Amino acid sequence: MTKQNKKELVVSAIENGTVIDHIPVDTVLMVLSILGLDKYEDEVLIGNNLNSKKYGKKGIIKARNKFFEQEDINKIALVAPNATLIVIRDYEVVEKKFVEIPKKIEKILKCINPNCITNKETIETKFNVIEEKPLKIQCHYCEKTMTNIRFAE
Amino acid sequence: MNLKGKNLISITDYSKEEYLDILRLAAEFEKNPKQEILRDKVVASIFFEPSTRTRLSFESAASMLGAKVIGFSNPSATSQSKGESLHDTIKMLSSYVDIIVMRHSIEGAARYAAEVASVPFINAGDGANQHPTQCMLDLYSILKTQGTLENLNIALVGDLKYGRTVHSLVQAMSNFNATFHLVSPNELKLPSSVKMHIKDANLKYEQYTNLEDVIPFADIIYMTRIQRERFSDPLEYEKVKDSYILDSAMLKGCKETMRILHPLPRVNEIATDVDKTPYAYYFQQARNGVYVRQALMAAILGVK
Repeated sequence: MTKQNKKELVVSAIENGTVIDHIPVDTVLMVLSILGLDKYEDEVLIGNNLNSKKYGKKGIIKARNKFFEQEDINKIALVAPNATLIVIRDYEVVEKKFVEIPKKIEKILKCINPNCITNKETIETKFNVIEEKPLKIQCHYCEKTMTNIRFAE
Repeated sequence: MNLKGKNLISITDYSKEEYLDILRLAAEFEKNPKQEILRDKVVASIFFEPSTRTRLSFESAASMLGAKVIGFSNPSATSQSKGESLHDTIKMLSSYVDIIVMRHSIEGAARYAAEVASVPFINAGDGANQHPTQCMLDLYSILKTQGTLENLNIALVGDLKYGRTVHSLVQAMSNFNATFHLVSPNELKLPSSVKMHIKDANLKYEQYTNLEDVIPFADIIYMTRIQRERFSDPLEYEKVKDSYILDSAMLKGCKETMRILHPLPRVNEIATDVDKTPYAYYFQQARNGVYVRQALMAAILGVK
């Protein structure tokens, strides 16, 4: 095995599944949790602080036998807007998917308004995206618009 | 008109045509407010925070149409005080009534309760967020006094930062090619998120600090109260608290057709000598609330 081959095998290849590439190094665990991979029972490989030509350092996740719908992928848009999802079948790349900011963001964020009903009762939050760049969202319930986002704990 | 079953939570829930339908229907009720068209209906009027005008206006509107009204105006007498969630209160109530009218101190409580309820729902105010029936009655009052909602000069005076009635009115009047004249101390200017509605509609607005500047050309002067609790620095409050007191002497030179609105309660921002002038309209404005709420309940319950 050449040195070059060894380097590529730092995170081993998968036969079938999805590779999520170009994740910012500080949000890898968040991406894992948003996509439910922290509870996934098949093989999940995580690499972080890997060299990236485009971004300097990056994170990568490989999930064996896991495939995502576009709707699921978009959920990570807020934490990994430049992520690429590579669909692998029989060791071959069959498709590349990119994240898009969804029109609605459910569950993962917390409303910044302390007097919002979502901070008073157990309710799943919903936000409408008003502007993508810079991101501006509005709480579906209290209608407060916000530019700084907070993730639910 | 087909508003049957359509909740009213936020002023943006209804289209311009739907507002106009409600205003036309309100005019019919103004001519003939006592009709037994809701005699087989039960209206829940649940007020989790105190309100005089809104609650009595809704209850009066429902009673005049023959509906039975059940509810409360003191949440400490309900099972919420025993720790029941809003979800459970609304779920239970849905099985007793045909429509729910609710005021709550928590923002977003109305949207949430409407999602839980299995009957139509009207928001009578949710914290600092929305109070759409106030906005409807403001529109009705403007229409009635000016004969149109189109192309008017609307002066908004006082606390433009926190006043939810002002925010809703700006949103609603942005449908009608209004020009907005925003009179406030620097600390209480209209927030940019609300100005966005004016800009989105390609309409004009001017900002002023002196009330007298807008009196000569305003069609509507919408006064609001400046609230002491909004100021972090008491000295700042002292500086501006009396800046916008409208008295009858200031009204010389105003348009004959100009009318003064105020969502009430008033403190000192309109001197009582204005009450006798033909420009004062705030008490009629409050009365209009009954007709607008009759129109809303009748339309939403599908009897008109």
